[in-house]
Amino acid sequence: MSDIATRPAPNLLANPLVKFGLIVAAIVAALALGVRLDTSNTFYAIFVDPFQQMVQAPDLLVQTVWEGLVSGVLYALIALGFVLIFKASGVFNFAQGIMVVFAALTLVGLYEKGVPAFLAVIITLGVMFALAVTIERVVLRPLVNQPDIILFMATFGITYFLIGFGEALFGGNPKQMIAEQLYLPKGALDLQILGGLVSLQKIDIAAAVIASLMIAALAAFFQYTRIGRALRAVADSHKAALSVGISLNQIWVIVWFTAGIVALITGIMWGARSDVSFALEIVALKALPVLILGGFTSIPGAIVGGLIIGIGEKLGEFYWGPLIGGGIESWLAYFIALGFLLFRPQGLFGDKIIERI
Amino acid sequence: MLYREAGQYKSSYASDMAVFPLKEDRIGIAVILAIALVAIPFLGSDFFIASVMIPFLVFSLAAIGLNILTGYTGLISLGTAAFMGVGAYSCYKLTTLFPGVNIIVLILLSGLFSAGIGVLFGLPSLRIKGFYLAVATLAAQFFLQWAFVRVPWLFNYNASGAIEVPQRTLFDIPLTGAAATPETRYFVCLGLVVVLTWFASNIVHGKLGRSWMAVRDMDIAAELMGIKLLNAKLMAFAVSSYFCGVAGAMMIFLWYGGGEAADVFSIRLSFNILFMVIIGGLGSLIGSFFGAAFLSILPTALKFGLPALGIPIQGAAAEHVTFMLVGALIITFLIVEPHGLARLWQIGKQKLRTWPFPY
Repeated sequence: MSDIATRPAPNLLANPLVKFGLIVAAIVAALALGVRLDTSNTFYAIFVDPFQQMVQAPDLLVQTVWEGLVSGVLYALIALGFVLIFKASGVFNFAQGIMVVFAALTLVGLYEKGVPAFLAVIITLGVMFALAVTIERVVLRPLVNQPDIILFMATFGITYFLIGFGEALFGGNPKQMIAEQLYLPKGALDLQILGGLVSLQKIDIAAAVIASLMIAALAAFFQYTRIGRALRAVADSHKAALSVGISLNQIWVIVWFTAGIVALITGIMWGARSDVSFALEIVALKALPVLILGGFTSIPGAIVGGLIIGIGEKLGEFYWGPLIGGGIESWLAYFIALGFLLFRPQGLFGDKIIERI
Repeated sequence: MLYREAGQYKSSYASDMAVFPLKEDRIGIAVILAIALVAIPFLGSDFFIASVMIPFLVFSLAAIGLNILTGYTGLISLGTAAFMGVGAYSCYKLTTLFPGVNIIVLILLSGLFSAGIGVLFGLPSLRIKGFYLAVATLAAQFFLQWAFVRVPWLFNYNASGAIEVPQRTLFDIPLTGAAATPETRYFVCLGLVVVLTWFASNIVHGKLGRSWMAVRDMDIAAELMGIKLLNAKLMAFAVSSYFCGVAGAMMIFLWYGGGEAADVFSIRLSFNILFMVIIGGLGSLIGSFFGAAFLSILPTALKFGLPALGIPIQGAAAEHVTFMLVGALIITFLIVEPHGLARLWQIGKQKLRTWPFPY
């Protein structure tokens, strides 16, 4: 038995390949940065100035942290959908992002057709259920027992299909989320703290509250209901669950439907903050570092990971981003996650990886 | 009857270790090369060569690169497009700095830069495995894509931010740039792909390839057998990125002829190449070609084939249908043959061996 987390790290620099890679990277980085940065006060700009700014304008810091918190909650919601499915079926569900878009588009599309808002929500839930059944029947059942990467690819197939299907049905134009009709608050709440003005969007507060409620509800569902117990059993071991008479097919439908509900709520929240479009699919890629940070199998991990990534990337973008040209939000999350992974390869809350020969 | 090894005796080690031990295989590969070298350039239209064959060759090379990493070594990577981008940009920088050097040499050299960057982003693979690693390679994808846009040194401070492919010649025949004919570019692509495939075939059948496969099957067991994981995994990243880098340089210089590379080398391209590898068959060089053919030709075929069949769709609708069909086909293929087109090819060959009296 060997646990990769406890093995001593090999001496990386002794390897000629590593040296070669480092030298190439150093040359490229030096050439690229040398042209851009005035190196005389780099140290000051990286290690001193941002913290000075934080102390001097605490209201800005609070505002940034709040924004990070909110986007972190939304990343966590997307990650939650991934985790649910990964736990129950071992499928790395790449389609979660497009499911969010698809659910939100269905809701808005139905409303535009004249369906009352809350009826539209119910019908959308029905659509997500139908989707879950279809995916289980058409994709998962024939592919049972295949290697993980094949199932992963199959969810890519689902993604492509849903992109085409969604665009064909609802068109590719961004749509307005029906936030008002669902009695979601709007406007901003201005707080006087720390000698400055911090403005909190009401929809963000609502998103945080609803997300917390949903996570609590999911936890209760897993802990106290019969189906929840069955889900946890399947997550522990497919074979053992089958042997005590739990129907895997049924569980998969339920899990995908649960992920569909999470997707719908995420879609409503995210849609209310900006608009409903296929760009959300790219945002869903942001949930991936959250996943590896928190661990694929841990619901608390998804939440904590989401918050760390959300706050980390907003702080990084705001205080350090301008130093290297801005826009670092697109990759900073991955590097934060990588940093954590190098110390805990299974994520913060993931199951310990034990390998046996 | 037509295809069997009966009666073909191997009397030396060299013939036993040959890549194509069967006479029929050698004839087959000669026919394919003859078609590629003679029939396609002379019979194919410019459109066919430029928008079917060249993309096919470029994607094949990229798919071989990813197959070395994912299929042979078992490390899933979602950063292929970024490594291709590194190849394209290094080729651009190299040809700007050394305009006198032949462009083919530079395309081959630019792969080395990609290999270096690949090794760097391959370092986490020593501690992280499986899907964790797949997500970690996305760091390479997004970071490098960001760098392609934000570091103006890479695109020579062009106002457009795009790679502008200069004209480069060999024996006064333009190879790149606007003046190069599709046939010339096709021949260059074909030559590079054939040589590099031969190279890859030798690597994966040799000591290195065997150690990769041992790592893929179980890395701890491989380590116990004396394979250095650090070297094997980083070498896989290096070789894989080299192939991807050359493919990327070919893509910009011989196919696109310039362009906003940050858009070209997006995450969607990474996914597409992963599809090619999986649909073609993990751990199979010929599968890479099958996968590339299937996925690079499919959208073009659907775009022009459906109207020809009398199904009238255009513009946006066609794109949606293409997306849906590609998605559905991927799922269908995975269900029908999870081991990819290469497995179908093997089954077909086995059937031929026993034909007409199967037992």
